[in-house]
Amino acid sequence: MQTYFYAIADFIQQQLRGNEIFLSYFSGERSDFVRFNQGKVRQPGSVEQRFLTVELVQGQRHATVELGLTGEMAIDQAQLLDLLGGLRDQLNHLVDDPYLLYSEQVNSTESLGENRLPEISQVLGEIMQAAQGHDLVGLYAAGGIFRGFANSLGQRNWHSSYNFNFDWSLYHQRDKAVKAGYAGLMWDSEEFGNTVQQVKSQLEILQRPAHTLAPGRYRVYLAPAALAEIIQLLGWGGFSVRGQKTKESALLTMMEHGTALNSQVNLFENTREGIAPGFEKKGFIKPAQVSLIEHGRHHSALVSPRSAKEYGMATNGAEENEEPVSLDLGAGNFPRAQVLSTLDKGIYINNLWYLNYSDRMAGRLTGMTRFATFWVEHGEIVAPLNVMRFDETVYHILGEQLLALTTEREFIVETDTYEVRSMKSIRLPGAMVNEFTLTL
Amino acid sequence: MYEVLKQHFHQVIPNVDFCSLRLVETHLESLQIRKDILEPPFKSKNMGVMITVVDRGGLGYAATSDLSLSGLQQAAQRAWYWAQQTQGKMVFDCSQINFPSPQGNYPSFVQQPWDSESLSSKLDRVRTEAKQCPIDDKIVHWQVSLKGIQVQQLYLTSAGGELYQSHDYLVPIIKVLANQGVNTQIRTLGGHGYARQGGLEQLELIGFSGKGRELAEESLQLLSAPNCPTGRMDVLLAPDQMILQVHESIGHPLELDRILGDERNYAGTSFVTLDMFGTYQYGSELLNVTYDPSIPEELSSYHFDDEGLLAEKTYLIRQGLLKVPLGGLISQARAGLPGVANSRATNWNRPPIDRMANLNVEPGESCWEDLVGSIEHGVLMRSNKSWSIDDSRNKFQFGCEWGQLIEKGQLSTVVKNPNYRGISATFWRSLKGVGNVSTHEVLGVTNCGKGEPNQAVRVGHASPACVFAGVDVFGGV
Repeated sequence: MQTYFYAIADFIQQQLRGNEIFLSYFSGERSDFVRFNQGKVRQPGSVEQRFLTVELVQGQRHATVELGLTGEMAIDQAQLLDLLGGLRDQLNHLVDDPYLLYSEQVNSTESLGENRLPEISQVLGEIMQAAQGHDLVGLYAAGGIFRGFANSLGQRNWHSSYNFNFDWSLYHQRDKAVKAGYAGLMWDSEEFGNTVQQVKSQLEILQRPAHTLAPGRYRVYLAPAALAEIIQLLGWGGFSVRGQKTKESALLTMMEHGTALNSQVNLFENTREGIAPGFEKKGFIKPAQVSLIEHGRHHSALVSPRSAKEYGMATNGAEENEEPVSLDLGAGNFPRAQVLSTLDKGIYINNLWYLNYSDRMAGRLTGMTRFATFWVEHGEIVAPLNVMRFDETVYHILGEQLLALTTEREFIVETDTYEVRSMKSIRLPGAMVNEFTLTL
Repeated sequence: MYEVLKQHFHQVIPNVDFCSLRLVETHLESLQIRKDILEPPFKSKNMGVMITVVDRGGLGYAATSDLSLSGLQQAAQRAWYWAQQTQGKMVFDCSQINFPSPQGNYPSFVQQPWDSESLSSKLDRVRTEAKQCPIDDKIVHWQVSLKGIQVQQLYLTSAGGELYQSHDYLVPIIKVLANQGVNTQIRTLGGHGYARQGGLEQLELIGFSGKGRELAEESLQLLSAPNCPTGRMDVLLAPDQMILQVHESIGHPLELDRILGDERNYAGTSFVTLDMFGTYQYGSELLNVTYDPSIPEELSSYHFDDEGLLAEKTYLIRQGLLKVPLGGLISQARAGLPGVANSRATNWNRPPIDRMANLNVEPGESCWEDLVGSIEHGVLMRSNKSWSIDDSRNKFQFGCEWGQLIEKGQLSTVVKNPNYRGISATFWRSLKGVGNVSTHEVLGVTNCGKGEPNQAVRVGHASPACVFAGVDVFGGV
C-alpha cells in the first residue's frame, strides 16, 4: 500500500495549480475478523480498505475531502481529479481561516512492520481446541494496518504494523465471565496456552455462589484493565487544551485552579513506546513524550496544530480531537503479589465498564463492575460479586484515597475496530483505592 | 455503474448454496462554525462491497473497495474460503436458513435535497445561528454544524434478488457552553438527537432557526441554578431523554443476538431471556413499544434490512407485556422466535448484525399540562448528556442537561446537573403517564455502538414525554 499511496501523492502533486498546497493522509488495512460464541465461530470474514484524505490549501483558505480508494490507479486518479475540482469550487466560497497551521518543515519518516502473522487455520484450530468444553466468546482480529502522510513540500511518512488482537472471555453462566486478551506481532502457542490456563483457573472461582454487596464505601483494587477505563474516560477532552479553553475539560479544576491528584500519579502521552504512528494529519512529528500530569499536578495539555494557532502556543503533535493515543501511567512501588493481603477485606476489580460522567466539572464519574470482580476477606478471594455501580470523583480515586500503584504494569492494546482497527494503547499499573463508593 | 457491477457479480458467484453482494455508497458533507470561525468544510465519498457466501453449513464474508471484476473475484473467493474453513465449526447451521431473494426499492422522502442549495447558502444558515449564541460574556464557547449524508445501497443475491435503497440524512448540531469559574453548563439541540431522514426541509420542521439564542439563554439559566436535589421523586422525561431511556433499557436488552450471547465479550448480554417473550410484564400497562420502519423522517426507516428481510411495523411490547425481540433472519432461526427486519450493517466493510432500527414508544392519552399536573413533587429532565448501564442492560444511571422542579403540579425552579438511577427490570413498571401526540417527537441516535468488529449505526427513536413514579434522583457535587 505504501507504493500506491506515494504514487497517488505524486499524482496529486502534478495536478496542483498556482500557489496551491496539498496535505494528504492515508489509512488502510487488510484485516481478518473471526467472531466466536459458545466456543464456535459466529461470523468470519476479511476486509480490505484504503481511505485517503486530501486537504487543498490556497493561502489561508482550505477544504478537505476523504475518498475511499479502489486500488485501481486509473479509477482513483479519475476520482481525484473530480474531487480536486470540487475542492477548488469550495474554496471560492470560503474566507481565510485564521487557525490553519501545517508543518512547513520536511520530516520524512518510515516505520515498516514485518508480517509474521500465523495462518488463520492454525489460529482457528488452537482457539477452538482451547474452547472445547467451555463457553468462549470474542473476536480475533489480525492483519496489516497502514498509515501514511504526504504533502506538496515533499514530506513522506509511512507506518505499518502487522498484528493480531484476540479479545475474548470465558463464561460460566449469565454475566459471570473472565475476560482476557492476547495481542502481539507473532502468535506464540505456548504463551496463548498459558493465558488460557490462567483464565480457566479464575473461571473456577466464578462457580462459587455470587456475593451481593450493599451500596457503600469499600477498599478496592483496580487491576490495570479497570484503571484503564477511568484514564481513558478522562481522555474524552480531559487532557485537551481546547477542552481547557472552552471550559469543558473534566480536569478543569486541575488545569486552572491547582487541584492536585496523589503525588504518585505521573501520566504521559508516550508516542515512543506506543504502537501508533509518530506523525499526524498536518505533517507534524510527535515528540517522544508529552508529560500530562507530573507528581499529581497538571503539567501540559495536548495541543493540536489548530489549537496551537487559535490559542497562541506550540503544537505537540496532538491529533485533531486532542485525545491521547499512547498513554503511559508511571509505575508505583507496591508489589502486585501483596494486593490480596493488603486489600484484606475489599473488592478485587478486574474490569470496569460503560463509564460516563455524573458531574463532569467535578471530575465525578460513574460506571459498572464487569466480568471477574471478587469479594476478598482476610486477604483471600471468597466469592465472585454481582455487578455494582460506582460513582466517584477522579480526585478521590487518584487523589486522597489512592493508597498505592503497583510496581508491575501492563501494556494494553485497545481492541476498538470502529471503521478501522485502533492503534491506541495504554501502559499502566494497578491501583489500590480506599473508600470507593458503590451506589447501586 | 451498478449495471456493470451486477454483471460482474453474477460472473464471480462460486458454486455455493447462497451468495450475496451488498454495495454501500456514501457521500457526506459537513459544515461547522466554532465561535465565529468557519472550520474547513469536509466532504467524503466512499464506496465498497461485501460479498457473503453460505455453503454446506459454513459462512464467510469479504469486503473490498476494489469493484473491478478481479476485485469482486478475489472477494468472492475469500468469502468462500471462510465458508469452507468454518464448515462444521459454526455456532449455528447456516444450511438451515432460507436467505430471501427479494426485489424492491426504497427512497428517502426528500423535499429539499442537500445539494439543491449552494454551499454559501448552507453556510449562511450555520453562520446565522452561530451569531445568535454569544449573548453574554459568560457564553464561552458555541458551535453550530450541519451534516448532509446520502447513502445508496444495492443488494444482490445468487438467486436473483435485487434491492435498491437510498437514504438521505440531515444532522444538525448546536452546542452552547456557559461558564463561571469551575461551573460550566452546556445546552445542545435535543442532546444531539435531532438527526433525521430527509433533506434541508427538516430544519424548518425541527425549528432550527432561533435555537442558538434559546440554548444560550438556557445555558445561562443553568449557570445560576442550584444543583438538582437528591431524593426519591417522580420524574417527567422529555422526548430528548426518553430516546436514551428506551434505547438503553428496552432496545439493547431486546436485541436477540445479545440474548443469544454473541455480544457478551463486548456490548454485553441481556437480563431478558428467551422464555420471557409472551409472558413477561416489562412495564406498566401504559407502555407500548414498536419497531416501526414506516415513519419517513425517522433515521432507520427502510423497506428491507441488509439481509433482504421485508420491514413491517411490529409491537415489541404491548400494554406492558413483552411480545417480540429485535432479531433478524439468522437470530430468529437460532432462537425459534419471530422477530423483525433489523439485521443491519453500518457500511460495506462490516457484516449485518441485530440492531435497533426505529424503536418507538407509542403516544398515550395525556397532554403536557396533565403530565406536569400529575406530579406533586418531582423534576422534569431534558436532553441527555450522560449514559451508563450494566452489561445486562439493567442497572442504569443517566444525566441530563436541563432540570426543572415540579411542585404541586406546577413547573418551578430550574436545576443543574440532574441525574437519576434505576433498574430496567423494574423501572418501566413505574411508568404512570404517557404523553399524547402533542408531546411526541421523532428523534434519533447516530452513534449506537455494538458488534465485533465494532459498528456505530444510526437508529431512530420517537417518543412522547413520560412520567415515572418514585425515581432515585440526584444532582452534582
